[in-house]
Amino acid sequence: MTEHLTPDEQPATYDEWLDAIEAGEGFYLESPEGHGSLPPRRVCPHSGSTELTQQPLPETGTIEAFSEVHVGAEGFSEDTPYINAIVDFGPVSLTGVLRGVEAADVSVGDEVRLTVETRETTDDRLLVFRPT
Amino acid sequence: MSTVRIAGVGLIPFGSYGDRAGRELFAAAALAAFEDAGVEREAVDQLNYGNFMGALTEHQGHQAPLMAEAAGLSCPAITYEEACASSGAAIREAVRTIRSGEAEVILAGGMERMTTLDTGEATAALAIAADELYEVRGGVTFPSAYALMARAYFETFGGDREDLAHIAVKNHKNGAANPHAQFRKEISLERALDSPPVATPLSLYDACPISDGASAVLLVSEAFADDHDLDAPVSITGTGQGGDRLALQDRETMAETPATAAAAKEAYADAGITADDVDFAEVHDCFTIAEVMAIESLGLVEPGEGITAAREGRTTADGEIPINLSGGLKAKGHPVGASGGSQIAEVTHLLRGDHPNSDAVEDTTVGLTHSAGGTVGSAVVTVLEVEQ
Repeated sequence: MTEHLTPDEQPATYDEWLDAIEAGEGFYLESPEGHGSLPPRRVCPHSGSTELTQQPLPETGTIEAFSEVHVGAEGFSEDTPYINAIVDFGPVSLTGVLRGVEAADVSVGDEVRLTVETRETTDDRLLVFRPT
Repeated sequence: MSTVRIAGVGLIPFGSYGDRAGRELFAAAALAAFEDAGVEREAVDQLNYGNFMGALTEHQGHQAPLMAEAAGLSCPAITYEEACASSGAAIREAVRTIRSGEAEVILAGGMERMTTLDTGEATAALAIAADELYEVRGGVTFPSAYALMARAYFETFGGDREDLAHIAVKNHKNGAANPHAQFRKEISLERALDSPPVATPLSLYDACPISDGASAVLLVSEAFADDHDLDAPVSITGTGQGGDRLALQDRETMAETPATAAAAKEAYADAGITADDVDFAEVHDCFTIAEVMAIESLGLVEPGEGITAAREGRTTADGEIPINLSGGLKAKGHPVGASGGSQIAEVTHLLRGDHPNSDAVEDTTVGLTHSAGGTVGSAVVTVLEVEQ
């Protein structure tokens, strides 16, 4: 089954996916049945299909859940406190850090856009949501 | 289906063990289980051992044969890793192996050293149970993941921090009498509410502590128990396991825990009972909100009722369905690889009537344990019953 491990069979790596978002070409993977998922992935977790195609990621999403984190993750000491959020973009949801708004002003259902920025603590890239 | 008897259980008090190596902790729990059972170590066919982060905390992989050696066993040994449900899974697989006839006697349990790490390191180590690409790189911690679940729950069913604080107060009260508990002190509602925020809406007293500990359960076939005239009144009559997508963002719902519901459905069918038959339970309360979701997904209360169950006294020691009479992970402690086995040991003591809190469940016959991995990406449910 090594033919399934050739690079051109791989829809995208995680870093290639971040590159695409940074280039304004964010995408998700869609199965023929219309289910959404994220790379790196070879099998649709909903339908089991291996026929995954790239589709444009909607430009905005809505906050499903959020938390102001006071005891930060490893590599986030200079970022703390920060707001973790899970955002519903329709076919897929994404998890990252919400910037540009105070936690007290955030509500579930708020609309945000997706960017790729870096942490305050390190140069590691980070999925960031900002208010529209 | 043949019954699997609990011949003996062994625990060490959860807490901080300084320089003592994990192998010594597990050996102590194992020896306590053999003493409780009155079974010779030579009878053991297999060790099923749960551990999650030993490679990070003690730089020790391949722990199962090491633990067999430490416990004085000469038998095959297997490590089970399902994050915080590791020893829950190890015990479930032991039950299935004995039922299959492949073994008669299995020592199952687990151990975790966690206090070898500082708080930041331990937080990072626990986070490896989450999705590394889509959660950890986004700054998600174990507490913030459960905080996100709490927010989703509040949005769906309502509830607030004070409801959660009542769960912390209840579990600390239960743990106060337990000699194996890390925190043997009651706390006030005000103290819980005034504790510093960790990841809103969760604060310090919503979280279980970082713990060292070990647990051991000696499981035997009914034929072995009868042949050796063992005093083993408690049996495991049902087990179940469920799974879910690892990342919260990919779940059907964050306000419920379908993996627990699936595990419970299988375990109840296996035991031939329903949720209504369960008299009390030890559930996975790594955070207060986790207890809420557990008792709902187990069917012990209706969806949306779990949040106020402690506040209303339904799940207190004198309530209709006592939850976490041991103190739970919240007060008893949560050495993750040992917790599932600890729950089985606590329920065994409660059913046998030799637990400090046994009076709360006098004349009851059915206890349940619920062990969850990560943010309930995996869940194991076990039904225990005692002969009247």
